[in-house]
Amino acid sequence: MSEPVLSVRGLRTHFITRERTVKAVDGVTYDLHPGKTLAVVGESGSGKSVHALSILRLLPEPPAKVVGGEILFQGRDLLKMGAEEMRAIRGNRIAMIFQEPMTSLNPVIKVGEQIAEAIVLHQGVTQEKAWAKAVDLLKKVGIPHPEERVNDYPHQFSGGMRQRAMIAIALSCEPDVLIADEPTTALDVTIQAQILDLMKQLQREYHMAIILITHNIGVVAEMADDVVVMYAGRPVEHAPIGELFASPKHPYTKGLLGSVPSIYVRKERLEAIAGQPPDLSGGFVGCPFAPRCPSVMERCKTEDPPQFHLAGERMSNCWLNEGESTERSHRHESAGAAK
Amino acid sequence: MSVPPLLQVKGLKKHFDVRKGFFGEKTTVKAVDGVSFDVMPQESFAVVGETGCGKTTLGKLVLALEKSTEGSVLFDGADISKMNGAELKKMRRQMQVIFQDPYSSLNPRMTVEDIITEPWVIHDMHKDPAERSKKLAKLLDDCGIAKSYLPRHPHEFSGGQRQRVGIARALALDPKLVVADEPVSALDVSIQAQILNLLKDLQKERKLAYLFISHDFSVVRHLCTRIAVMYLGRVVEMADSETLFNDPQHPYTEALLSAVPVPDPSIEKRRKRILLTGDVPSPLKPPSGCRFHPRCRYMKESCRVNDQSLIKAKSGHETACEVLPFKDKRSEAALVAL
Repeated sequence: MSEPVLSVRGLRTHFITRERTVKAVDGVTYDLHPGKTLAVVGESGSGKSVHALSILRLLPEPPAKVVGGEILFQGRDLLKMGAEEMRAIRGNRIAMIFQEPMTSLNPVIKVGEQIAEAIVLHQGVTQEKAWAKAVDLLKKVGIPHPEERVNDYPHQFSGGMRQRAMIAIALSCEPDVLIADEPTTALDVTIQAQILDLMKQLQREYHMAIILITHNIGVVAEMADDVVVMYAGRPVEHAPIGELFASPKHPYTKGLLGSVPSIYVRKERLEAIAGQPPDLSGGFVGCPFAPRCPSVMERCKTEDPPQFHLAGERMSNCWLNEGESTERSHRHESAGAAK
Repeated sequence: MSVPPLLQVKGLKKHFDVRKGFFGEKTTVKAVDGVSFDVMPQESFAVVGETGCGKTTLGKLVLALEKSTEGSVLFDGADISKMNGAELKKMRRQMQVIFQDPYSSLNPRMTVEDIITEPWVIHDMHKDPAERSKKLAKLLDDCGIAKSYLPRHPHEFSGGQRQRVGIARALALDPKLVVADEPVSALDVSIQAQILNLLKDLQKERKLAYLFISHDFSVVRHLCTRIAVMYLGRVVEMADSETLFNDPQHPYTEALLSAVPVPDPSIEKRRKRILLTGDVPSPLKPPSGCRFHPRCRYMKESCRVNDQSLIKAKSGHETACEVLPFKDKRSEAALVAL
């Protein structure tokens, strides 16, 4: 396989206040390869968005603090970079699109200017050239009459068009990595299909790597090559897409897949996961999923499971998979924990 | 069928007048524009559509929370638009609602007990303390709410638990019909599954009819037996759930179904997707003729002028399309492969 463009090693992001510490992300490790899509899946509060914001160092410090790990981008650790260096990468080599395109575009600036801004900033071209490129980009993301729409304000765009404009901004510098945080959650299904299609097409064209953050299992099935499932700030399973759906290892993954209704298969009952996601501020003794786990064992309540590395470049964070594991590591480890 | 329908919606319209600016021209948004359907007792009937298709307005009209411009809603044979306040109140015992957002639909200053039992206070029911606590215990048990929640306030609970409280409140009066407007779309997947299972159990046990309003076809397929698909204020297709999913007879339904991501990569790879171009047109100026024609891949010249109403197609379908039902679709069988 090719060299990874981005390697996250044992990333831990905590929110520290006087009263308590919330371990929002507590040991995430993965490799992202050029032209591939890695989906990070989880429910609200699983840490999937915080992990993405940590990569771009967009979290306010304090209260947020990256307390451990490395984020290697083309061999250099983003966490050790100065603000200036980081600015040269953010929006340029690593770009991000957000869930709510209305709140992430500036309402009082023309769409064209918002696209051109990134181009002028990172590529040092003239305003005119950047403007012309903005028109090109709008055309590329499928906005009709781009020469006219480039002068519009965000409120004149529909939800789908705003997301297209966001993608245009993200792509303006032809990034190596695109982080898409719930890019279609606010959109209707027909528009969602258009946006996902556009992302795939642009990925092929630019050979971008995509980190897709989502709670929608259907979107994952459509887009991803690899999947990291997160629960309570930890990756509980990591597998190639086909294997994950064919034979999920971690009970949480099984529960998650069983919870989703499908338009193809009519299930009499959904296999819901009992209980509620945990509060992250307390810290855990043993496995955080144990209280909701249908296959819970005695040791799960007291012993924190390590990351079990399984055949086929898979990882599961469950004691059940101890027997079949080839190797084990702790999720906080930075080195040698790849895959 | 000998049983009369529980709810009959006939030619229902709701038009809103809007002005562009203070002195601007007055135009009309036809949010609901001639919708008719029946809901049978104990049936779960779904209204599905995308943002702005009028499904929520339709729900409000059925609940008599909005006054219709034209048409009628009959509940148990009585026209709700002709009811006075006292009659409406009596009728509402039979017809309750579950809202989408469990955060804004529960009063933050009331305890869970007050929220759930308020309907009894309003309708002057179960005043005997022993009977009241028995009824309450049963209701809590059915909805999966722990007794210890009663003295607490909504902010202490997660979305799923709040939605259970909202459901308990709706069921307190033993209604015959529950209108549920996107009741699970604000919830996480694992919690959504719990609530969907709960709604299914409650329906069986309490012999409820649901009018389920949703944008999510997967959820609808799981819960509902009959489905109406709405587009720009109209019903464009109506059929039994299985029939509709296996053999859609309106191009919009067909495209919508193909756009829904399937949580299975092996199906996802084989599937052919119909990409609709463009956005939903503004309801301020809906297209002439068939409202779907500018985005339709089967469009014929006549569709530009001919406003097709619902016609009977094969196997109990009703569709507002004059082209697709007469096409041979076997060549495209790959679309709905399973």
